[in-house]
Amino acid sequence: MMARFFTIPFSIIVALVLQIVPLPALVDIYRPDWALIVLSYWAMALPHRLNVAGAFITGIGLDILLGTPLGIHSLVLSICVFILVANYQRLRNYSVWQQSIVIALLSAFYHLLQFWLLHLLTDIYFRYDYLMPTITSMVFWPWAFWFLRRLRRQLKLK
Amino acid sequence: MDTIFSRGPSLATRLTMAVILSCTLIFVDHKLDGFQSTRLYLNSALSPLQYIANLPSLILNLSAKKLTSHQDLVAENQRLTDQLFIAGEKLQRFAVLEQENKDLRALLDAPIAADYKKIIAELMSVDRNPFSRQIMINKGTLSGIYRSQALVDEFGVIGQVMEVGTTNSRVLLLTDVTHSIPVRSLRNNIRFIASGSGGINELFLEHVTHSSDVAVGDVLVSSGLGGVFPAGYPVAKVTKVDKDERQEFATVLAMPLAALDRIKYVLLLEHETSFQNEEVQ
Repeated sequence: MMARFFTIPFSIIVALVLQIVPLPALVDIYRPDWALIVLSYWAMALPHRLNVAGAFITGIGLDILLGTPLGIHSLVLSICVFILVANYQRLRNYSVWQQSIVIALLSAFYHLLQFWLLHLLTDIYFRYDYLMPTITSMVFWPWAFWFLRRLRRQLKLK
Repeated sequence: MDTIFSRGPSLATRLTMAVILSCTLIFVDHKLDGFQSTRLYLNSALSPLQYIANLPSLILNLSAKKLTSHQDLVAENQRLTDQLFIAGEKLQRFAVLEQENKDLRALLDAPIAADYKKIIAELMSVDRNPFSRQIMINKGTLSGIYRSQALVDEFGVIGQVMEVGTTNSRVLLLTDVTHSIPVRSLRNNIRFIASGSGGINELFLEHVTHSSDVAVGDVLVSSGLGGVFPAGYPVAKVTKVDKDERQEFATVLAMPLAALDRIKYVLLLEHETSFQNEEVQ
């Protein structure tokens, strides 16, 4: 019972740790958006368990961990999860490969919106590096999808 | 099936609430700086995650230490002994100079610069957002760290504490786009403001007139104005001066003296008096 209740929060915490684990500078710009991937899976699979509120809280955590002004990640993640939850019935019927394209688009949107918000607040300039995680998120989505689906089926999460 | 529409507010309402709440948070946090105490609690609450993320590199470092050969240790010992010997020799002259400086200041009735209490902290290898230059260190309020405390390494100023938690804190580096430090040229005491460029090793001096005397190789030290950084610590070295008359101001670039890309240990300075000192002069 406990395991069932804590699976989603625990998977999000693991995603947050993966988001801040140090990587060599060479691969650092390719870090997939773990938080976005995990939130996307739960938003599509169990939209009544995880939706905008969960994304908002995860976003606050990410803001604290990454040192951005409070509210940036929470705003961006809330909008991304809203898009997924609003279309979850259609997205579930897509194949995993089609879903990974959706995730790539969502990840590009996530990074552009985040850049745009921070550009309004500080004087940063756009670099194409900022969009690299889009590609890796797309590649990692099928694996994350299969892993999380197995987890959900084994624990019979509803 | 239990749909999301069967309980609580509708999805669109939830999104509207989240967007309004986020925008308020961004405004209050960034423009009004209103979340200092809340951030302390949130930072402390989330610091276990950072310690977990730090574990892999910690383990690597520990095993590397275990595997260091006897020969390497002897070589390192020799190198450190040499360094200490040279530093000790410099310090002998420094003691005489300090005494002389004290006497001169006493003659001028100027206040004698006090020594600062220092705390050593270690860098935590934790990722940050790609848009800014920050580092995390492993000391917090429990060790007496406070907000906007100045940090130096063995070569010069690194930056200042941006947020504190109970056991760790976030440091804003000199080169961040939102950071500026008041400096003066060691050669002729002209004052400048050095702002970060966002690059790893570049600062630029703001509003330098074409007539001001600044040359490549000038060393810039903190002037102590503003009260955040104590006066007299080396900050940067001028690397490029471009006096293009078509531009409003001269373009002056400088490189931080601290090894900002290779930080391992940092020294936090506790100071109260730098502001008053500067005012008297």
